[in-house]
Parts: sequence; C-alpha cells; structure tokens
Amino acid sequence: MNQAKAPQLTELPGTWPMLRAMGGVGILCSLLIVSTYQATLPVIERNKAEALEKAVFEVLPGTETKIDFRIMPDGRIEHAGTVTKGERIVYAGYDAQQNLTGIAIEAQGQGFQDVIRILYGFSPAQQTVIGFQVLESKETPGLGDKIEKDDDFLRNFAALDVALRADKSAVKNPVIPVKKGEKANPWEVECITGATISSKAIANILQSNTGDIIPVIMQNLAVFEAGPQQLTLVQKEMSGK
Amino acid sequence: MNNTEQQQKSASADEFIKGLWRENPVFVQVLGMCPVLAVSNSAINALAMGLATLFVLLMSNMLVSTLRNFIPKQVRIATYILIIATFVTIVEFLIQAISLEIHKALGAFISLIVVNCLILGRAEAFASKNTFGKSVLDALGMGVGFTFALLCLGVVREILGSGTLFGFPVFGTSFEPWVVMILPGGGFFTLGAWLLLFNAMKERKAAKLKESSVAA
Repeated sequence: MNQAKAPQLTELPGTWPMLRAMGGVGILCSLLIVSTYQATLPVIERNKAEALEKAVFEVLPGTETKIDFRIMPDGRIEHAGTVTKGERIVYAGYDAQQNLTGIAIEAQGQGFQDVIRILYGFSPAQQTVIGFQVLESKETPGLGDKIEKDDDFLRNFAALDVALRADKSAVKNPVIPVKKGEKANPWEVECITGATISSKAIANILQSNTGDIIPVIMQNLAVFEAGPQQLTLVQKEMSGK
Repeated sequence: MNNTEQQQKSASADEFIKGLWRENPVFVQVLGMCPVLAVSNSAINALAMGLATLFVLLMSNMLVSTLRNFIPKQVRIATYILIIATFVTIVEFLIQAISLEIHKALGAFISLIVVNCLILGRAEAFASKNTFGKSVLDALGMGVGFTFALLCLGVVREILGSGTLFGFPVFGTSFEPWVVMILPGGGFFTLGAWLLLFNAMKERKAAKLKESSVAA
C-alpha cells in the first residue's frame, strides 16, 4: 500500500521576531524621514519663497516692486511686515511710477491627484483676472499638467471677468467651467479635453477664491493704492527720530 | 590565491556590469515603464528621475541587505515596501531642496518610485540573499542602467520634440519641433525604436558568435 506523503510545514516564527522586525524598521525609517525633513526644511522654504516672488512679477505684468499685505479676520487690510504661517497674504504690485498694477492672490483646492496651489493676478481697474500660474501641483504629467502649459487654457486668464455687483458685496458672475469650444462669456473658463478634472478644479478654485476675496480687496482699494507712499512716510518718520 | 582574488574581482565587476547592458532594467527586463514613458520628455527630467531612482535603489538595497537576517520571511515584503517608501520620501525632500522646477516637472512620479517594480524586485531577488557589497554593486549597476535608458529616451525626445538638449538650442530657428515626441505617444515611438536597435545589435552579435564557432 502506498502511504500518502504528509505535507511539510515550514515552522512559523513567533510573534516577537515579526513584531521586532516591523517595529525596528518602522522606528529607523521614521527617524530617517524626520531628520531629512528637518535638515531640508529651511532650504525648501527659501526656494518656495523665491518661486512665489518670481510668480508675483509674472502674474502682474509691468510690476517693478511689490508690497505684502495681510488680510485681517475682520476684513481690514494692513501691511504684512513679517509673515507668520497661516496668515492670509496678498501681494500688491506697483510700476516704476508707484501706480498699482494689480494684486496677486494665492489660492488652493483639490485637483485630480492632490491639492493644487495657484497664484493669480487681479486688476482692480478692469476687475479681471490678468495672470495665472500654478505654484504646486501633482497632476499627471502629460495630461493634468496641461493646466500649466496649454496655451488655449492659459488664454482664459488674460482677462477673466470677476467684476463685482454695484453694492460691491459679491462677484456679479461667478467664474464657471465650460466645455472646450463653448465659452460664450468673459467669466467662463474653457476646460481642456483630456484634463477635464484638473482644468475644472482650477475654475472651481477661482470661483470660490474670487467670490471670497475680491469684495474685500475692492472695499480696501484705497489702502493698496496708497501702499508705497504710506510705507515711505513710515520709513521717513522712523529715520527722522 | 591570486586566481581566487581575480575571480572575486571579476564576479564583483559582473554584478555591476550586468545591470548596465546584459540585464538592463528597461531595454532587457522592460521594468518601470511608467516613469520611463511619462517623464522622459526632456533630458533633464530623465536624468533627474534616473538619479532619484538610483538613490532609492542603492539605499534600499543597502538597508535590506544589512537587515536580511533580522527580517522574518513572512513580513519581508511589508518591510521592504516600508524601507523603499522611506527613501522615496527622503528623495522627494532632497529634490525640493535642490530644485523646485525639477520637483514640479516630475510631479507625482517621484512618489510613484515606491511602486517601481525594479526596486522591490532587486530587494527581493538580490539584496535579501546577498552580501552588502554585492547588493551595492547590483544597485549601482541597475540604477546606472536605468538612468542610461531614461537618458536615451529623454535626449531623443527633447531634440526632436523641442529642438533643444538640456535646454540649449540644437537646431536653428527654421526647425519645426515634432510636438508628438514630447507627448505620451512619442515615448512609445522612441522606446520602440531603441528596443529595435538594441535587439538588432544583439542578434547581430549572436550571429557573429555562431559564425565564428562554426568556423572554429
């Protein structure tokens, strides 16, 4: 008679060696991540600040100097000076004659892969968006990243209407996304075929951000327009003391 | 004694060289195709992605090989993924510190190095069974081979698709860029052309060897 061969069972290790390995490697990995984060953080923050500064001059054509302003929770605007994390900052641009060229505003919202951070330029004189740049995005290269490169899409932001109602309480026509080839009004953003979610996300970010911040800016326009003169006065007073 | 030393040296050199050519991760093993096709639209992106992958591959091979007797078989894959994800996070911080432009250009593909089968493949098939030194050489060979393949694609695609190489103009102003080459489709065309060339060279070499053995 043939005897059936018993299957050979490999001996399982106890719980402790597995726990020790996973726990040990976990602790080692977290230490490595935290130390690299701490070491690179100052350089990354400096790089980001430089990129933001460059972007401000690009979204506000004709700008020679910029001044940072802080939006207070009560809706007032004041000169930012030293900025701390979490504050709402906008960047006012001025030409060589110290006339206001526009205001650059940071905004963010959910894209296809992750949060998209953008910067757009707003012209108070025309009440339109006059420039746009993506600061940070993880959209799919070759598809979603067309929001940064597609010329037709970028043309949407050459003069995107965000004019206020007569009482300056809200945007008259909120920014809305439309399909490619269906743009009929200056407040519509024509989306990109093949990158619909990412381009719609940009329109939605602008819709919510402009609706929120443009009324505040227009109510405080005098502060922005007087920006360089006021700062010069402060500087003169301080040097006179 | 001398003979043994020489054999050891040639074995070590072989661990390095095999990844460059004979077992090239892209042209022979056809691994990690997602970043190869997606981010090789310019030479600088290809180089940055190649170096980032080389760094992750080298560091994870080093750690896996060092800890190979400490990690039980049953939890090895989970542990390797944890190690690889750690080095991907580190490389992401480093790229952001070196250049935000490159970080922006590579986008989600830096994080996706975690799922590059080349890295987990080398950890499982090689580093977990070999010494530290051999694992380092294997990672260097495979990493350099991967970077070389990415550069092969990136250079061709940038020259034809943008008329530049590493951002410097190659042709005059009369050159009309072949835009398709920097689009995803161009990645497939270029990869196909390179595979054709490498296979033709391989077949030619095999035919020559056959001829010489018949003649002998």
